[in-house]
Amino acid sequence: MNCDVCQENDATVYLTQIVKGKMQKVNLCEECAKQKGVTDPTGFALADALLGIGSDEKMDVSADSLECESCGFSHAEFKKTGRFGCSECYTVFGFGLESLVKAMHKGTLHLGKVPSRYQVTKKYNDQITELKDRLRIAIEDENFEEAARLRDEIKLAEADYITSNESEIE
Amino acid sequence: MMQFKTILKNPAQWMLSSGPYGEIVISSRVRLARNLRDISFPGWAVEEDRIEVLNRVKPAVENLNEMSGAFSSDLSNLKAVNKQILVERHLISREQAAKAAGSAAIMNRKQTLCVMVNEEDHLRMQSIKAGLSLSDAYKMIDEVDTKLESTLDYAFDNQYGYLTACPTNLGTGMRASAMLHLPGLVLAEQINKVINAVNKIGLAVRGLYGEGTEALGNLFQISNQHTLGEQENEIIARLEKVIRQIIKHEENAREKLYIEKRTVLDDKIGRSYAILRYGHIISTKEALDLLSMLRAGVDLGYFSDDIRALIDVLFMEIQPAHLQFFADRKLGAEERDCLRAEIMCDRLKSLPEPSKFSSNKSNEQSSQED
Repeated sequence: MNCDVCQENDATVYLTQIVKGKMQKVNLCEECAKQKGVTDPTGFALADALLGIGSDEKMDVSADSLECESCGFSHAEFKKTGRFGCSECYTVFGFGLESLVKAMHKGTLHLGKVPSRYQVTKKYNDQITELKDRLRIAIEDENFEEAARLRDEIKLAEADYITSNESEIE
Repeated sequence: MMQFKTILKNPAQWMLSSGPYGEIVISSRVRLARNLRDISFPGWAVEEDRIEVLNRVKPAVENLNEMSGAFSSDLSNLKAVNKQILVERHLISREQAAKAAGSAAIMNRKQTLCVMVNEEDHLRMQSIKAGLSLSDAYKMIDEVDTKLESTLDYAFDNQYGYLTACPTNLGTGMRASAMLHLPGLVLAEQINKVINAVNKIGLAVRGLYGEGTEALGNLFQISNQHTLGEQENEIIARLEKVIRQIIKHEENAREKLYIEKRTVLDDKIGRSYAILRYGHIISTKEALDLLSMLRAGVDLGYFSDDIRALIDVLFMEIQPAHLQFFADRKLGAEERDCLRAEIMCDRLKSLPEPSKFSSNKSNEQSSQED
């Protein structure tokens, strides 16, 4: 996944915040995170600060000029046709997409068939989602012992995934 | 390789056989949308990319066991009238019929399986079965999809599932639909109530040829609208449950008409029979409505059961492109209306007059009334 700000480097910092009941996700690479001074992400609307997305708007106007690197499709084009240019567009224009998808579908997470070459990815994704949920609850409950344990578990799962990943795809 | 003429000579298998709830459910279809990971979606791709997709997808599909002896053609090689015939058979979509370079359609001999290349998505594959058979239709297309994923690198995302050109198809990429014949609900003027109720629970009701088309011949397509956030079998189970309820309503509406408005029914079926047998100029719309009443007549015991398949075949053969193929030349609208009447008259010439009192069904229903 690319960094939402520079669109170039791999994102390593994942921030999630609930603003007015809506979940916002921002993925950053280390450099952009530093540049934007993301050390303490609490106390301000992340997406607002980083990408200039108004929390009530689905998409930001300045995003119109954004183009997909893979296929050259622009966000303005998406607004016009309601269709994307290639599968990579879902990553490039991924911010704000979730609320749009939510309005169209029963949910925002795929629960159906998974191609066999993605099975490991799916398993990892489900596992991490669950662990992160538990971590969030532990932090909310100020159960720091459990939180630390979960953090280690997430790290371990990530490491496992990276090694299995090499054998999975092609 | 099958010739185009062979397709035309033989109606699809699902038209000739009767499936579960065949009196009301004509057919069940399941369509899956899939894309390759590293090439632009067809609507945005340049011509050489579209051809690249075709070169990768077409051999993969043709090599499937399911497609042995299949009909396969680049759409640019088909005449407009032939494309229209495939649309009239529900084998390709109206959108694809208009598409340019790199589009192709591959279908099996029985016309129960069809893969479209470079429509809105790189692959659109569908299966068609007779009657209410959504699970069977899904099973059939799921197997094809599983085989194809071993050779084709699909665009897939953990959160959004199968990635499609339009976000409305994300997730499963699956559209399951059933074609229902609902003359009872239309005559009883309950159809709008049913359509509204169905729309409210996230299902779509469309006419004979999909989005934005009229409900000709009392035929309605019911399909899922949501593709993401539920498993395929859940979507199908929900759809099937609703369809069963509609079937119940249709049966009740027919029974009520039969009991309370018997003369009206006798009159409608009698007139339809008469016009089909003795009419000389019949438009598509009128023909579909007449055939619809004839089919209702079969269901209610006015005619013998074995002509239901003949009626279903006529539903297809009297449409404009099929007529032109039959005549082997381009026909004006008036010529088509005459030929249509002629064909129906010929096919139905040995059909006896509607019998009002003889069938089992009518006895059964009048005894219920007693």
